[in-house]
Amino acid sequence: MIKKQTRVSIQTADFDVTTEIAALRANDHRVGAVCSFVGTVRDRNRDDNVAPGSIQSMELEHYPGMTEQAIEAMIDAAQRRFDIFGARIIHRVGVLQPPDQIVLVVVSSAHRGESFQACEFLMDYLKTQAPFWKKEQTPDGAHWVDARVSDDAALAKWGIVASNAGP
Amino acid sequence: MITVRYFASIRETMGRGQEVFGSTAPTLGALRDELIARGGAYAECLARGQAVRLALNQVMADESVALVDGAEVAFFPPVTGG
Repeated sequence: MIKKQTRVSIQTADFDVTTEIAALRANDHRVGAVCSFVGTVRDRNRDDNVAPGSIQSMELEHYPGMTEQAIEAMIDAAQRRFDIFGARIIHRVGVLQPPDQIVLVVVSSAHRGESFQACEFLMDYLKTQAPFWKKEQTPDGAHWVDARVSDDAALAKWGIVASNAGP
Repeated sequence: MITVRYFASIRETMGRGQEVFGSTAPTLGALRDELIARGGAYAECLARGQAVRLALNQVMADESVALVDGAEVAFFPPVTGG
């Protein structure tokens, strides 16, 4: 059963992975595995053939209310699918710079397989179904980041059809 | 009356984050068509062929979903969080 603690936070403040892991597994002797993922701001976009340092900052916009609700539903889905004890997701919004932390996913379970899988499932889900938008500030001006078809494909491997990046 | 919200690039082009008005459109797709017909920024952002995602009452929805009075509808580009 998932613990009665905050599962989802959308915040401007930074987070501390160690603190979050400790809180998730505190006094829970069933836990034998904790898996965490941290996403950070790159200083260049993978598809851009540009020099390092081209991304000065990134602004993250979200849909307050819907974002929290969507991520809570994703954790519920992860719980139905995998034998996990708890999950914690923090996503930052506002202005960030390379190499700031953006997103944290932590999952606890009895054995490693479930935690690894649930952590990846939650990130794949979040990338295509949580209402966040990134705007990069570069020397050439600001531009909105394009969604990637590869992220839809990542979610499809879990049997969930999404067409976020498609037409 | 319905509340229509815009986010990210669509919000910027529209020059506003939300508006409230009456609509008799039966579905979200029909509401999109109604807005496109206004022309200007609406047509530019929401035109068929533009990648536009929708939510009804803060849940992802497709255009076949029925529009009900009092609804909060959102139009936004593909999401890019994480």
